[in-house]
Amino acid sequence: MDTPVLKKKLGLKERYAAMTRGLHWDTTYQPMDKVFPYDKYEGIKIHDWDKWEDPFRLTMDAYWKYQGEKEKKLYAVIDAFAQNNGQLGVTDARYINALKVFLTGVTPLEYNAHRLFAHVGRQFTGTGARVACQMQSIDELRHYQTETHALSHYNKYFNGMHSPKHMNDRVWYLSVPKSYFEDACTSGPFEFLTAVSFSFEYLLTNLLFVPFMSGAAHNGDMSTVTFGFSAQSDESRHMTLGIECLKFMLEQDPDNVPIVQGWIDKWFWRGYRLLSIVAMMQDYMLPKRVMSWREGWEMYIEQNGESLFRDLARYGIRKPKGWVQACEGKNHISHQTYAVFYSYGAAAAFHTWVPEEEEMAWLSEKYPETFEKYYLPRWNYWREQAKNGNRFYQKTLPMLCQTCQIPMIFTEPGDATKIAYRESDYQGDKYHFCSDHCKEIFDNEPEKYVQAWLPVHQIYQGNCFKPGVDPTKEGFDPLLAVFDYYNFKVGRDNLDFEGSEDQKNFAAWRGDSVQGAKK
Amino acid sequence: MTVELHAREIQPLRNTFTHTAYYVGNDRPASRYQEATLDVQPSDNFHYRPTWDPEHEIYDKSRTKIKLADWNVLRDPRQYYYATWTIARARQQDAMESNYEFVQSRGLVAKMSDAVRNKACEVLMPLRHVAWGGNMNNSSICAYGYGAPFTAPAMFHAMDHLGAAQFITRLGLALDEPAVLDAGKNDWLNAACWQPLRRYVEDTLVLQDPFELFIAQNLALDGLLYPLIYDYFVDDHIALQGGTAVAMLTAFMPEWHAESARWIDAVVKMAAVESDDNRQLILAWLTTWADRAQAALSPVAELALGNNGLTALQEVRDALDMRCKKAGIVV
Amino acid sequence: MSNVFIVFQDNDDSRPIIEAILADNAQAQATYPTGLVKIDAPGSLVVRRETIEELIGRPFDLQQIHVNLVTISGHIDEDDDQLSLKWNN
Repeated sequence: MDTPVLKKKLGLKERYAAMTRGLHWDTTYQPMDKVFPYDKYEGIKIHDWDKWEDPFRLTMDAYWKYQGEKEKKLYAVIDAFAQNNGQLGVTDARYINALKVFLTGVTPLEYNAHRLFAHVGRQFTGTGARVACQMQSIDELRHYQTETHALSHYNKYFNGMHSPKHMNDRVWYLSVPKSYFEDACTSGPFEFLTAVSFSFEYLLTNLLFVPFMSGAAHNGDMSTVTFGFSAQSDESRHMTLGIECLKFMLEQDPDNVPIVQGWIDKWFWRGYRLLSIVAMMQDYMLPKRVMSWREGWEMYIEQNGESLFRDLARYGIRKPKGWVQACEGKNHISHQTYAVFYSYGAAAAFHTWVPEEEEMAWLSEKYPETFEKYYLPRWNYWREQAKNGNRFYQKTLPMLCQTCQIPMIFTEPGDATKIAYRESDYQGDKYHFCSDHCKEIFDNEPEKYVQAWLPVHQIYQGNCFKPGVDPTKEGFDPLLAVFDYYNFKVGRDNLDFEGSEDQKNFAAWRGDSVQGAKK
Repeated sequence: MTVELHAREIQPLRNTFTHTAYYVGNDRPASRYQEATLDVQPSDNFHYRPTWDPEHEIYDKSRTKIKLADWNVLRDPRQYYYATWTIARARQQDAMESNYEFVQSRGLVAKMSDAVRNKACEVLMPLRHVAWGGNMNNSSICAYGYGAPFTAPAMFHAMDHLGAAQFITRLGLALDEPAVLDAGKNDWLNAACWQPLRRYVEDTLVLQDPFELFIAQNLALDGLLYPLIYDYFVDDHIALQGGTAVAMLTAFMPEWHAESARWIDAVVKMAAVESDDNRQLILAWLTTWADRAQAALSPVAELALGNNGLTALQEVRDALDMRCKKAGIVV
Repeated sequence: MSNVFIVFQDNDDSRPIIEAILADNAQAQATYPTGLVKIDAPGSLVVRRETIEELIGRPFDLQQIHVNLVTISGHIDEDDDQLSLKWNN
């Protein structure tokens, strides 16, 4: 037999280039600007797309192989969990409420990310960027679907998880994540990547997927921890896309630097506000605590962010404008956010409760400067009230920030006793904000933020009733009509955990199973 | 007996999500495909208009002329969700790796004549770029189409096209030196016989209606190209002349084409059955694009199959017309 | 100097990778948050294919680490033989 001629073996980088960039050609029958119409209007100047660095060089063969392995492992756990009634193994049914927030608030964002990464994965002129975005598009679809499948089992046994898509499109507090993500999706492709891949995934999501998922493990929820860590294994590719895109823009033209800095300022703050909900889940909704919000913030944001921004300084990038205030907020936002959900507990599709004695002690220990001083007295008061059959429910609708859409609950920098209010005038109307940074975001793009579908305004305008509802009819209860529009099952999905159907069922199921085991 | 007690005593409160139950009922658990796909795209109360397309909402039915009362009717008969799709592709990938081992261990590439090897490269290498166009177009369908049942498989299909482009690339690297890729690209850009096809692909890249794009790319172009190249050229022509290695190293493509055709036909059928307006629209698009695709593929067919090229292409076109007829579109 | 980190799921697949990292990076420190292994190292960190292969006694494709990788910090560079993380400061 002839000695076969040894073919030149390509290294990973060259092979990847042949497999991706080599596929591209500059079109001539149609102008390039018509084929790629969307990546110039933001003002980002790109001179040479070939300088784009591909971080993880996954070709489809390796992608299918490793993702297929991940999926097999993950679904084996999800199946086993369902077959063994794993939901009964969690520490306490209060924990399930964190999953309700996750399913209705976070999961729909994964879907949006899937679609918008398909958009930018089509529209970037540079091939390397396109392929990375396309892979992220299917990864995000994966996350949407695996979360849905893992949590589907909980939906069968617990209330408040039955209509995540419907609720995400309507419910007042869910407009916070919805508007956040739609803000990114309606931005140009470079801003979208800065918002989602850099500010959210690179800077902030570790806080959701690492300490919170460790918390899920700690609370006996093997299903959630498995999809969480499995999703996060794609996240390291996504984070890398974020940092590479950022460096690419900064290296391509000095004129890009101020645009990018503006986006970092905006999206750090938008993401930080969004994470208030995660802060609340971390400090209040995990019966077995693993790490406080503040500790997570220090480990994943302060330490890591310091390193990152020291590194980016050579491009002329500084830390985001809201950095100092966000770091101050680590002592407050979980307490402020949970308090608002507790007081609006009638109008949320998950249960809230007064923390137990030892949980308060844990909060005091983790927040020595702030918890006892500002937040404990209110819990003591509410606990007393609840004991006397007077569980506090806020009955009026809150004023929302025009930008982040969170009720006005956050306090002034340096003064945790005073709620911060800001306002701007635009075309004869007054707009309200929770902070200097949200006001500034509005002031930079008022024509965008005046479009916001603010849930409270919409309720007052009569836009949150089901079709055919007649508000002039005698005995019409507007609040109940809004809950109906939300698909809330009043008395089952909402109100305090104490006395809830979830609480009773969980106790009965666990009791029964204990009896069964004794026989 | 504990297990039985569990099963009896712990009754679920509901079997699936409300939006899923709307389609499949709540009397039994929904399938994973159904929960992953039906009515999952956000549809109401959008906050801001896209700065990149202020005429439309983020998800907007009016991006296409096709009208459906409910876009969730466009089900994928393969019932792919991410896990089943990736696992299916990983299995096909394994089979391809075995083919590579087989070809390498038996020295099958070296046994091919230069003429056959060169012919295979000449015809197949420019198709990397056609597949790349298919990747971009299916990304568009996913991005601008309406409803997850239609758009999610489009993204799988986009990645499948990238996979196909990479299989061709890998084939080129197995048959020849890396320069063979550049030669293929050069032909794609400059050789006269490829220009009508390149014009076709570039014209689809600027189509705005995602459903028209679906017809032009997935039904008209791929419906002719894949049978022509992988059945007529690779399997019947190259393989018979000692080029089995080429057939083995491209085995993914015809298999994938046959599988995904079931999805494409189902989408066309469901959209056409809804109204005569839809049927007429699809027919008009199909006629335009299939005629153009046939014309654009003519010089490629001749390059690949010589004098038999145009006959083969006509047979492929007749088969496509039959396929469309079954889907309710009579050309 | 800034720390880089890399985090894996704490399972048997990750063991040789962790051991290899600790062997190749003298200053690396491992901690074990629930379900995880987190390795911090000042300035930079490298994962070498050869070291992993010595530990497991068979070939290892570095891209396999994706299956159990949870998160990273620092700039990444990857080729067939190693994956490195570093800060440029």
